[in-house]
Amino acid sequence: MSKNTETPAAGGAVAGDLKLVNVTKRFGDFAAVKDLTLTIPQGSFFALLGASGCGKTTTLRMVSGLEEPTAGRVLLGDHDVTRLRPYKRPVNTVFQNYALFPHLTIAENIAFGLKRRGVKDVKKPVQDMLDLIELSHIGARKPNQLSGGQQQRVALGRALINRPQVLLLDEPLGALDLKLRRQMQIELKRIQTEVGLTFVHVTHDQEEAMTMADTIAVMNLGRIEQLGSPTDLYENPRTTFVANFLGQSNLWPGKASGTVGEHLRVRLEDGTGVLIPSARNNASGDEVIVGVRPEKMSIHASADEVPDGRNMLTGGVVTDTSFVGVSTQYVVKVAVCDELGVFVQNDGARIFRPGSDVVVSWDPSQGFGLDGKQDIDAGAEADLEAGS
Amino acid sequence: MAVINWFRKHVIAIVAGLIFFFLLVPNFVVIWMSFNKPSGKYNVKWEKFSFDAWKNPLDDGILHDPLMLSLEIALLATLVATVLGTMIAFAIVRHSFKGRGFVNSVLFLPMAAPEIVMGTTLLALFLNTFGVSFLGFKSILIAHIMFCVSYVVITVKSRLNGMDPMLEKAAQDLYATPWQTFWRVTFPLVAPGIGAAALLSFALSFDDFIITEMTAGNSVTFPYWIWNAVQKGIPPQVNVIGSLMLIITLAGIAIAEVPKWLKTSKAR
Repeated sequence: MSKNTETPAAGGAVAGDLKLVNVTKRFGDFAAVKDLTLTIPQGSFFALLGASGCGKTTTLRMVSGLEEPTAGRVLLGDHDVTRLRPYKRPVNTVFQNYALFPHLTIAENIAFGLKRRGVKDVKKPVQDMLDLIELSHIGARKPNQLSGGQQQRVALGRALINRPQVLLLDEPLGALDLKLRRQMQIELKRIQTEVGLTFVHVTHDQEEAMTMADTIAVMNLGRIEQLGSPTDLYENPRTTFVANFLGQSNLWPGKASGTVGEHLRVRLEDGTGVLIPSARNNASGDEVIVGVRPEKMSIHASADEVPDGRNMLTGGVVTDTSFVGVSTQYVVKVAVCDELGVFVQNDGARIFRPGSDVVVSWDPSQGFGLDGKQDIDAGAEADLEAGS
Repeated sequence: MAVINWFRKHVIAIVAGLIFFFLLVPNFVVIWMSFNKPSGKYNVKWEKFSFDAWKNPLDDGILHDPLMLSLEIALLATLVATVLGTMIAFAIVRHSFKGRGFVNSVLFLPMAAPEIVMGTTLLALFLNTFGVSFLGFKSILIAHIMFCVSYVVITVKSRLNGMDPMLEKAAQDLYATPWQTFWRVTFPLVAPGIGAAALLSFALSFDDFIITEMTAGNSVTFPYWIWNAVQKGIPPQVNVIGSLMLIITLAGIAIAEVPKWLKTSKAR
């Protein structure tokens, strides 16, 4: 270890982006993270999204120093922190199960980091932090006397008070119920904007990642599948995994059969020809998987009702209708797919009952093309597993 | 009918009361008999209330040597066994090393083997290795440390296993050095287990008879003295010392628990 790797003092004297360069982590024969390279800009809210076992928590721990990479480097600004002990890094973590010290009061928990760094007068900053997380009235209590949501806020406050260069959040909202989770998502986002620190958020909840993060990296099997803004990832998935894991996608295999203006014509397995924008085609060869999000599709009683210029799948039968308030979600059986999803806004449109014969359509601009050589169901099971 | 109904309603309380009575009555008898003034040598029949035994708890010094020996051995054995056992428990729980399973089972042996077997084995070992002159304070102490360590390891291990391993990681994440992590987080959380282990060790050592009898040589510990005394008569001073032990234990628990109660009731 060179001398200058020791220098980054806790508290954040060094500013800059968080960089992971060719990072690999192996546990025995199993590679949890494979040759990962990633730059997280200072001040951003970054999410690592993936199913359990995809390597996202291991990545986070290599940033905090609780795991050491097998190969590669971790940089904070210009400083190589790869081999720096966790207690020497200007990085703090909000742990999944909070890991609050049960023998210390809330105020003592929050003061812990400051005291270890030799800050003499912690009273004022602790009080300010208690005010920020709205727990000033119970600073003298022990963690086990608090509700889950309150414990979560203490864990956040305990990390935030140190003003780390990077704040790591390891599934911080996983243990909370849905309503509280939504509330905390908004609050976390607000605090991040207020304090302007870099937040790296690990989650399996795609909705959570999309609501909060500026940039999302979708991880699968120790690699980053795709990185981008929430809209970019959702609208232009580049792999079947991302298309299935982030929201839902209808995917059908087909073969490219020429171009029509700015569109690519794809022949599906039953012979139906559909158009997708050439710009949104990620396939390298002729084999193309056509993808369309369920909410981009419309449902009609017959082909006559479909406006000109739209892609169309005829001969469909509704197999399931779920009314969920804002929308109606249909499962339609068509020739190329047994379970095609269609979400229709409840704006007065007719509701089709199961058994109805229908035609589905969508605007050619709304489709995308993926490389045909991948597993078409990748990410679909992972999503089910993670979404529980 | 009314009686039966009343009984049905209160049966749990009655049974619980009986159990407590059964558990506590020997303690009360010990205290009660310490105020007796027996006419003969045997303090077994209540005769007359008196403070005599309490005013002269060592029975004119007769009890001094055995009691001091037992206390000395118990304190030393507790100290060594607690330190050693705690370190072994940490090693077993926190680190994986070659022969961990073996160490784990060997530590169970002193608890599992009949005391009389342990005693005779140790006696043979000491006699053959060091000779008869070794028997006494040193041999008793070694024997006591040996069986106390097992109990310490078991007690501390279970406490350590019950501790969330993320707490230490959280401490490190919050700038605590390994040293600070141990003293600020690990130790305070494991301390109740270590304390319980120490109390257990002390009690086990102080009252051990069989192994002690085998390894004591000419030394006389307190339980050994009582055992011998039974043949000539037991003075009420034995009850006084028994009562004192009980009071000291209770006081120890009170000192440990009362600040906690005060703290939690204040925080509410």
